[in-house]
Amino acid sequence: MLTLTHFLTLSAILFSISIAGIFINRKNMILLLMCIELMLLAVNFNFIALSRYLDDIAGQVFVFFVLTVAAAEAAIGLAILVIVFRTRQSINVQDLDSLKG
Amino acid sequence: METIYLAIPLAPLAAAIIAGLFGRMIGRSGTHWITIIAVALSFALSVLVLQDQLVTDRVFNGSVYTWMVVDGVNMEIGFLIDRLSALMMVVVTFVSFMVHVYTVGYMHDDPGYQRFFCYISLFTFAMLMLVMANNFLQLFFGWEAVGLVSYLLIGFWYTRPTAIVANLKAFLVNRVGDFGFLLGIATLLFFTGSLDYVEVFATAESLQNQYIEVFAGIPWSAVSVACILLFVGAMGKSAQMPLHVWLPDSMEGPTPISALIHAATMVTAGVFMVARMSPLFEYSEAALSVVLVVGATTALLTGLLGIVQNDIKRIIAYSTLSQLGYMTVALGSSAYAAGIFHLTTHAFFKALLFLAAGSVILALHHEQDIRRMGGLKKYLPITYWTFLAGALALIGFPGTAGFFSKDALIEAVGYSTTPGASYAFVCVVAGVFVTALYTFRMFFLVFHGQERIDEDARQHLHESPWVVTLPLILLAIPSLLIGWPTIGPLLFGDYFGSSLAVLQQHDVLRQLGTGFPGALGFLEHALMSPAVYLAAAGLFVAWYLYLRNPDIVPALQRRFSHLYKLLLNKYYLDDFNDKVFARGSLAIGDMFWRVGDDAVIDGVFVDGSGRLIGWVSGVLSRFQTGYLYGYAFAMVIGLCALTGWMLLSG
Repeated sequence: MLTLTHFLTLSAILFSISIAGIFINRKNMILLLMCIELMLLAVNFNFIALSRYLDDIAGQVFVFFVLTVAAAEAAIGLAILVIVFRTRQSINVQDLDSLKG
Repeated sequence: METIYLAIPLAPLAAAIIAGLFGRMIGRSGTHWITIIAVALSFALSVLVLQDQLVTDRVFNGSVYTWMVVDGVNMEIGFLIDRLSALMMVVVTFVSFMVHVYTVGYMHDDPGYQRFFCYISLFTFAMLMLVMANNFLQLFFGWEAVGLVSYLLIGFWYTRPTAIVANLKAFLVNRVGDFGFLLGIATLLFFTGSLDYVEVFATAESLQNQYIEVFAGIPWSAVSVACILLFVGAMGKSAQMPLHVWLPDSMEGPTPISALIHAATMVTAGVFMVARMSPLFEYSEAALSVVLVVGATTALLTGLLGIVQNDIKRIIAYSTLSQLGYMTVALGSSAYAAGIFHLTTHAFFKALLFLAAGSVILALHHEQDIRRMGGLKKYLPITYWTFLAGALALIGFPGTAGFFSKDALIEAVGYSTTPGASYAFVCVVAGVFVTALYTFRMFFLVFHGQERIDEDARQHLHESPWVVTLPLILLAIPSLLIGWPTIGPLLFGDYFGSSLAVLQQHDVLRQLGTGFPGALGFLEHALMSPAVYLAAAGLFVAWYLYLRNPDIVPALQRRFSHLYKLLLNKYYLDDFNDKVFARGSLAIGDMFWRVGDDAVIDGVFVDGSGRLIGWVSGVLSRFQTGYLYGYAFAMVIGLCALTGWMLLSG
């Protein structure tokens, strides 16, 4: 029997994986974007599970919003990535440190 | 009459403004005519005022203009014309008039001709404002204004480094005195709430019983504190020890100035001021005692210094110091009238001596060293005789003006019971001998003996022009004769009336004047006192040492080399001031600069705050790695911390 706890645990695991991905990944910016997507999906998972549990449709409506925003964000993110590659000839995260104080 | 009072100081002021601003336009002769006419007008009107005072004895005390009223204290310009100020006005304007005329000859070739006339007219204005004041504010204004003009004139030849040093010194030393003076005025204002003479004097008696704690726990009589502070001002202006050091150096200025400002008028401002404040000083035994002792010390010690000097003007300068000491002694023994009398006669004969010395200097093309003079009698006959008149008056030769004033002064001190009077008496009597010695040493070395002049200077040696000799003659007459008609009314009569106040128990002049037999009788009486014989002895010693047997002098110098060195170095007072006060204040300034400014303000506050921010941001910038994951990590940690805090707290 699948209970709410299982869904929330899965969501937490996904979230943690995505955060770990952001930290551990030092090479590829695309991976970074993917991790952010995964993070949003983990949140969506939470929304759906709780919407079902609480019998409230509003949670699932929010998922649509989040997905839309995520799609837009992915588009912008990839566009930036292309520009970065064009100017720096690299999408290596290690090289992107011009904000260093 | 009030218009006349107003015109007396304003005429020289107007002339000074015209000479100062439009001097170039009206030219040299225009400048000297306009200033001479203005000061002559002032002199004539002053004589008129004196005449009016003699006839009507009507004291005028009124304000001309109210500058401002602050917290009930009136600050105004006003005149107090009584017999004291009328006498001073005549003396000031007469000497000033003589000096104006003399300057035409003395400064003839000087490029700063117009500027000089502007300054001396301005000085006349300031001095008149000082003596005519009816309140402390105007007194202080005049006091500072004469100081300013004195400063400007000492440094008149501003390209000479020595002149600049001398005027700076005069200015600084006078600041010390003026600070005391200002504090004295402030003390009086604090206790009486008024700046007006009459109002302050009216409360003098009650001030005696009010006390002020200058040092915590030791109450001092308010009137004593105020009087001593005022006298500190007088010590600066009238060059009393130890604030006398500026006067000999002030001889760097042109000679007419030495005569007008540093001998006859400005330096007597302190004496005049104390006499004017006599209603206050009378109630303070302590202040009178201070005045007496300071004056006596100055009278003797500065006279001794005159013996070893070689600059003709400096010798007369030290003589001025010594004579100012005499006047101060008279004030201290409550013989104010004697002090003012000596001030008057001194103004004539000392101005005469300075102007005659100037005539010698002019004839020798600005040579001031008496070792390079000698035997000038036959070249400069008018200067010789007038100088002799001045010298005789200075040493108190019987019958001259100086004799009457000085002898009366010495006897008055003898009667005084103020603490310190016996010390003062010894000083002033010994001073008579010293005065005669240095005066005639100078006289013999300049006019008699062998000629030690440069051959070059001898070629051009001739008597000075009439504009120089005329003032000499006009000053020689009162120097010799003014004592005869004035001693009776001035000292023992009621000339001064209410303008000087003397308490019954201090009234030495009344004791002296009991059975005053007239001027001739006074002369006979004085011939039996030691002073005249001491003067004669001084004259004789000078004659013997410097004319008869000059070889003794170097031997004496060797024999008493320590004493000689002490005198030559002016008791090391200049060195002391230099080492302690000048260096000391430099060191304190240096300390404030290094510790206060450099270390604390710059180091801690300005640079310190900058360094602190730099250090903090240096630490913080370590967190700014520039890597995205770093920021993400910080966000997550922050989020966790925030959530954790929210959960835990509540």
